[in-house]
Amino acid sequence: MTEVRGQLRFILNDRDVVLDNLPATRTLLDFLRLDRRMTGSKEGCAEGDCGACTVLVGRLKRGQLVYETVNACICFVGSLDATHVVTVEHLSAANGPLHPVQQAMVDHHGSQCGFCTPGIVMSLYGMWMQNADPSVNDIEVALQGNLCRCTGYAPIIKAGKSISAYGTVVADPLIVERQSIKARLQALKDGKRVELGEDKDRVIVPASSDDLAEVYAANPTGTLVAGATDVGLWVTKFMRDIGPMIFIGDIADLHGIGEVDGALRIGAAVTYSDAEAAITSRYPQLATFWSRIGGQQVRNAGTIGANIANGSPIGDTPPPLIVLGASITLRKGDVRREVKLEDFFIAYGKQDRQPGEFVEAVTIPPLGEGEQFACYKITKRRDEDISSVCGAFRVKVEAGAVADVCIAFGGMAATPKRAKTVEAALLGKPWTAATVEAALSAYAEDYQPITDMRASAEYRMVSAQNLLRRFLLETTGEGERLVREVA
Amino acid sequence: MNKQSAITAPGVLHEPLVHDSAAKHVSGRAEYIDDIDEPSGTLHAYLALSERAHAEIASMDLTAVRAAPGVVDVVTADDIPGENDISSTHLHDEPVFATTKVEYWGQPLFAVVAETREAARRASRLARIEYRDLPHQTDVDAARANGNRLVTAPLKLERGDVAAGLAKAQRRLKGSMLIGGQEHFYLEGQISLAVPGEDDDVTVYASTQHPSEIQLMVGHVLGVEMHAVTVNVRRMGGGFGGKETQGNLYAVVAALAAKKLHRAIKLRPDRDDDFQTTGKRHDFRVDYEVGYDDDGRIQAVDAVYAARAGWSADLSGPVTDRALFHCDNAYWYPAVRARSEPFYTNTCSNTAFRGFGGPQGMVGCERWIEDIAYALGRDPLEIRKANFYGTDTNNITPYHQTVTDNVIHRVVEELEASADYQARREAVIAFNRTSKVLKKGIALTPVKFGISFTATWYNQAGALVHVYRDGSIHLSHGGTEMGQGLYIKVAQVVADEFQVPLASVKINATTTGKVPNTSATAASSGTDLNGAAAADACRQIKARLVAHAARVYEVSEAEVTFEPGGVRCGQKFVTFAELVASAYVGRVQLSAAGFYKTPRIHWDRAAGRGDPFYYFAYGASCSEVTIDTLTGEYQVDRVDILHDVGKSLNPAIDKGQVEGGFIQGMGWLTTEELWWDGKGQLRTHAPSTYKIPLASDVPPIFNVTLAEWSVNKEATIGRSKAVGEPPLMLAISVVEALSMAVASVAEYRVAPQLDTPVTPERVLMGVERMRKARG
Repeated sequence: MTEVRGQLRFILNDRDVVLDNLPATRTLLDFLRLDRRMTGSKEGCAEGDCGACTVLVGRLKRGQLVYETVNACICFVGSLDATHVVTVEHLSAANGPLHPVQQAMVDHHGSQCGFCTPGIVMSLYGMWMQNADPSVNDIEVALQGNLCRCTGYAPIIKAGKSISAYGTVVADPLIVERQSIKARLQALKDGKRVELGEDKDRVIVPASSDDLAEVYAANPTGTLVAGATDVGLWVTKFMRDIGPMIFIGDIADLHGIGEVDGALRIGAAVTYSDAEAAITSRYPQLATFWSRIGGQQVRNAGTIGANIANGSPIGDTPPPLIVLGASITLRKGDVRREVKLEDFFIAYGKQDRQPGEFVEAVTIPPLGEGEQFACYKITKRRDEDISSVCGAFRVKVEAGAVADVCIAFGGMAATPKRAKTVEAALLGKPWTAATVEAALSAYAEDYQPITDMRASAEYRMVSAQNLLRRFLLETTGEGERLVREVA
Repeated sequence: MNKQSAITAPGVLHEPLVHDSAAKHVSGRAEYIDDIDEPSGTLHAYLALSERAHAEIASMDLTAVRAAPGVVDVVTADDIPGENDISSTHLHDEPVFATTKVEYWGQPLFAVVAETREAARRASRLARIEYRDLPHQTDVDAARANGNRLVTAPLKLERGDVAAGLAKAQRRLKGSMLIGGQEHFYLEGQISLAVPGEDDDVTVYASTQHPSEIQLMVGHVLGVEMHAVTVNVRRMGGGFGGKETQGNLYAVVAALAAKKLHRAIKLRPDRDDDFQTTGKRHDFRVDYEVGYDDDGRIQAVDAVYAARAGWSADLSGPVTDRALFHCDNAYWYPAVRARSEPFYTNTCSNTAFRGFGGPQGMVGCERWIEDIAYALGRDPLEIRKANFYGTDTNNITPYHQTVTDNVIHRVVEELEASADYQARREAVIAFNRTSKVLKKGIALTPVKFGISFTATWYNQAGALVHVYRDGSIHLSHGGTEMGQGLYIKVAQVVADEFQVPLASVKINATTTGKVPNTSATAASSGTDLNGAAAADACRQIKARLVAHAARVYEVSEAEVTFEPGGVRCGQKFVTFAELVASAYVGRVQLSAAGFYKTPRIHWDRAAGRGDPFYYFAYGASCSEVTIDTLTGEYQVDRVDILHDVGKSLNPAIDKGQVEGGFIQGMGWLTTEELWWDGKGQLRTHAPSTYKIPLASDVPPIFNVTLAEWSVNKEATIGRSKAVGEPPLMLAISVVEALSMAVASVAEYRVAPQLDTPVTPERVLMGVERMRKARG
């Protein structure tokens, strides 16, 4: 029986916070602005897309204290046990000198109206702590989740380049105090389950995956929350109640990244950011794609497990994972089962998941000998946008003919879905333009895409077909792709 | 290492000083309306919005709303003591709350007041409303097909004999183009906090570009005189025109509830609701016929600019007027007729947005220039140059104003050289010959933008300057700060007038109690008007100080001069503070109200004639892009800009306006797409669905230069030029470059005629059309 603690505890800047009671839906941004009257962090969108509310959250991950940028507007306070929350107020005292990030922004004219600025400062700060000499590309990645409507970003990018001219990372307070903060967080992490409140205001933070299995089996109507990059919007946009909220993002034994029988096994609570190195080293074809999932703040919070469990037809990871032959481990109580990912998505809003059952891990086999693989995401705006169409392709060509092929799309149907008719039209045929051209008409069998705010049905169909053309070109050495080259 | 030191040094005019609030911005200590400490007992209002595009309200049952937890009261049209109307052009067509019918999805129906914002917001969705649906039209084509009325009187500009010009032209072409609208996406959404006072008094803290308008509207709706209403704004988190009239609703409702309940009321919509309810940049359909000769010289233009005005007039009249004022961009038309059609549609009421119709006027114009170029197989830049206004001849606009300050030839010539346009165009064409999937395009486009409100009476401003007895200076003026740097520029003017350090000048929040009857901070006019008004106030005080000094120090007035560090009075040199202290004891008035009105301008709308603009601002940009012909995705590779701001008051601020304006314009013309569904609901209503540019959309090479040689011919403050709006239109070169890349698919023989925004979808569909044209 796991011990239960009736308090949620974290560090906010330089103060300890202890909460006995908390609405499950309380976001960190409302906690800061309304409960604590700390108004430096701004609300621009309340859906994790503008970054004006960006704060740093320091967590113990695999023994290390890691600070990452997070959108406070869709971060539930219930997810913050044993963390160090750092807001813009922590960077400089009212009459003291500005922090190097802040001074760089001032001197380069990086603010105009100033409303997005605290968030931009925090994103640059988070980047700079890990990378004191960032390239323009590094800065662009750090700012993927931050909108500025005034400056056109040019001065902000210049400021980002120059931060180290104003101070050194080693002298930064969060670095200087790292050991003591780490010790404080370790002390807060006492291995107990956290439970607060009643009914819709109930918040549960299980202590381990076994504890989660027990809690979820007992509360099958509870809402599992990992990064809250989607559930956050259920609250901020649809004002839904989510209690009992069961926060799984910090369960250490769901954070595993390892190899099982040659396959990559990723725990359900591993964020996109944490998975990036493992994914892109095994599947370098996903490197660009991975950096186009959400913005930095979303990648720091969102998890692959939840991206799957959520069942969205336009989730980023299912198409490539289906094509790679991934499977997921579902667990209910002590019972586990493996499901092929492509079989998990049954219909719009319906997945092969029982009440009380949760995704524990995703397992991705390696590419076979001679298999070629690619994944393409098409969006209106390159970064931090949801796919109009996302297509993943895997082919094995033997003696010039298609020996094996797998194609899946997001954005083309009510679920992430394989193009089985197209695959059939390719299988056994020569891997040539003539075969591809002949197979294009099969798309209409597999997909009847819709017109919506992201794209018309016609554009979805034509671009999805063209992605097969692209895949052929790329696998036959004629690939030309847009590459953003910055100095 | 930082420019802060410069702030304390005199000699501040024309210096690249940092924004006065920069240190507060970066530390989160800059106060926006939602950050103000709420008066005790503050309640929160939230608007309930219609969920129909066009319908009669059959019944509205608010029982569940009133019974919801935390709800204190519900405010409806029945609670309005004055008139249920906030139409900014006084056409009485914009009720605060709908009563008998709704005319767009997102129209306010009533407001809930509750203990918390969350409680009010939750309750706002509990009303049981029965609608009887009416047919709706959400776009220009549907409005025209349905014979919808115009929301306000259209304008016609005409000069020369268009019929004859078209008839005798060697060549003619016709075309039609859709130009999309744009959401402002100010990062700080609409918000007001109203605090009731005694008698009829109410004080409103509003995020607004137009405090005097809010004051007027609050008075109008509450049925009280303007003197009872005080409106304050220290800064906005972005405006861009979206807070010229669109803040009225929130201020009025907050004030209404505050007076009804005798409690302070805050009203802040969620971003989705802000998108649904408030107006945007107008979408246009432009239909045109152009006559031209074999050299591409235009003989006559006949154009109709039809706009999606929305459910009420708002500013659609002046916006569509300005579209016509810029149907010439920088080109002379021997004969021209341009007409506007601001159509009623069942959408939010479109409004001011940086450029105020001018950008759409110019996009249309550049489209026919491009069509001519493709028809003749020429570089569009050649066609542009062939049609530029002359400096002494061929310089009369469609509205009969003579262009007397034309510098477009020099601007374009210099940019063409510095951007290495000709060689790069050759390289682009060579690239396209061999590249199968990726194609490039390059374009250089000019901008000429008229400066002044076309509502001539708006071209006035006031300022209030106090000099306190310790020599510190209190500055107020009618302009508002939305990030554009107006406050620092006007403070620079004041510091320069008195020759004191900038730190001596306290920049105060804008309030209707200090400076009355102000104009909107809009039309790029903020600095021209308010800077001049502040200078006027300073000069009045200086005149009194000079007279005092002459008397006290027994010198002639000519011997008293304001210099860095103090005031020279003949042989004597005293600090500014010493002179002020002495003047105070000498009972000299150390406060003055300044005033300014733009000279010379006039406009006869009925006749379509006049000199509506004091001067023009010019610029040019050159953009290079690469498109992916398989998906339509693209990137902007390089942009070079040369822009004319006259003699800049603050080159750092002005460059920020040019860069920011360009990127905002690029967003408008590329990825920012407004999309209404079949039911008439706007479905791109938040950053998840409405995509403004990110840092990674900025061109990797982005060279922005101010034309340092430029000096305003007119006696503006410091001989500077307005800068807020003109740079937005520099982004038209991105559209033209994308167009060239698409055209390359059919060897540049067919004009691609891309509508805007040129999304990846529109690029791919353009490529598909080119493939078919190529055969």
